Amino acid sequence: MIHRYKLNGYNIVLDVFSGSVHVVDDLAYDVIGLYEDKSADEMIPLMLEKYSGDSEIDEDEIRDCIADIEELKNEGKLFTSDDYADLAFDFKARNTVVKALCLHVAHTCNLNCEYCFASQGKYHGDRALMSFEVAKQAIDFLIENSGSRRNLEVDFFGGEPLMNFEVVKEITAYCRSIEKEKGKNFRFTLTTNGVLLDDEVIDFANKECHNVVLSLDGRKEVHDRLRKTVNGVGSYDVIVPKFKHFVERRGNRGYYMRGTFTHNNTDFTNDIFHMADLGFTELSMEPVVCPPDDPYALTYDDLPVLFEQYEILAKDMLRREKEGKPITFYHYMLDLSSGPCIYKRISGCGSGTEYMAVTPWGDLYPCHQFVGDPKYLLGNVYDGVTNTAVQDEFKMCNAYARPDCKDCWAKLYCSGGCAANAYHATGKVTGTYKYGCELFKKRIECAIMMKVAQAENAE
Amino acid sequence: MKRIKTIETRDLQKSVKTGGCGECQTSCQSACKTSCGVANQQCEKCLSEK
Repeated sequence: MIHRYKLNGYNIVLDVFSGSVHVVDDLAYDVIGLYEDKSADEMIPLMLEKYSGDSEIDEDEIRDCIADIEELKNEGKLFTSDDYADLAFDFKARNTVVKALCLHVAHTCNLNCEYCFASQGKYHGDRALMSFEVAKQAIDFLIENSGSRRNLEVDFFGGEPLMNFEVVKEITAYCRSIEKEKGKNFRFTLTTNGVLLDDEVIDFANKECHNVVLSLDGRKEVHDRLRKTVNGVGSYDVIVPKFKHFVERRGNRGYYMRGTFTHNNTDFTNDIFHMADLGFTELSMEPVVCPPDDPYALTYDDLPVLFEQYEILAKDMLRREKEGKPITFYHYMLDLSSGPCIYKRISGCGSGTEYMAVTPWGDLYPCHQFVGDPKYLLGNVYDGVTNTAVQDEFKMCNAYARPDCKDCWAKLYCSGGCAANAYHATGKVTGTYKYGCELFKKRIECAIMMKVAQAENAE
Repeated sequence: MKRIKTIETRDLQKSVKTGGCGECQTSCQSACKTSCGVANQQCEKCLSEK
């Protein structure tokens, strides 16, 4: 399968199953489009007619172009076949180690954001803080079930995890005290709204956290509209100075300034650029996840606007890079030469198998977005996974499990998409959230275009 | 090739033999938390070889 598209002056051809990316001229673009359905003798008159005004294109030129395409096909870089379907089911069925936990150390929050999927941190349940005992048991569960995996990830999440900072510190110290003996390497991520950031937290995060995710929606009026304190006041003025201080002290350690955009700010690139103007360079901006009848839910009418926004962003990032002031956008980070192997691409995010969320009471769910839904309770950190039927459902959840993905060129980039989004959109974890697919495909087209532009600029 | 330029990419078919160590980051455990995208993850093995 191939995917052809034109963007920012480039003709791009993606060979889906080898992962090859080609940038081609107009003739090659057309010939590649016809190649599978027409013989050379059928293509030549069509191309001669189309390019009749171009004196450089004659029959020999077209035959040379077809020969080049043939060569790439023989090298396994064009029209490669899909040999991965069996692999997808076998690999995920075998691969049952746990390597990442999302620790919900606080089911409570000091903000009252309207769009919060976790219903203001409570996940439709009671407010609670995780005890050290539950957190320790969660870590022991992770180690016991991680097999030979060395790198283990723990995300301090909520609600607002800094509302339980003492336990965050204690459990981090516990992990560090045992990782060598257990042959593990813990990588911690802290996801915070910033309200409780102070020098003690910054020192801790800079010493211990592989990554920090800082929530900011962009421009003050956009941020304050939905991210309010419990008293209904916007939080921008409280958190932005703290984030600036934090990032200054973070040095070259990983962080993301992460925002959410909604129907209220479909011109979200202005929010990304606002973050850049504030001096932040590692940026992420996600479409809101909410029921379609919420007033800020994205609509199908918004889609063309959002597509244009993603293009504006990609072009502007190339401009910034040329000027020596680059910014990173999470969804445009593609490493074409050292990116994920085929197993990663077909087996997906690992929710419910490699990745689980732990509630303050020690209950296990397939991921943070399923927390609070009793149908998806997997078990707990004391007894392990007892609801094997749900886990089996997630084991089978991969790039080849969704009928809608069968003919999609992007399936090895999204791996079938987010199970939670699919469940909320269709009632099934093996469904597809089609709106999200449209945005995802556009982002990947932009990201690949940027790689093509960067390769051209490097020459 | 006159009309086609190929960008350097990892050969996915070859990675059937070389991949699958599982040491890479869990997709959602990074910045997004609300959508799955595996493409922007890096391969730990490739990184350590570099």
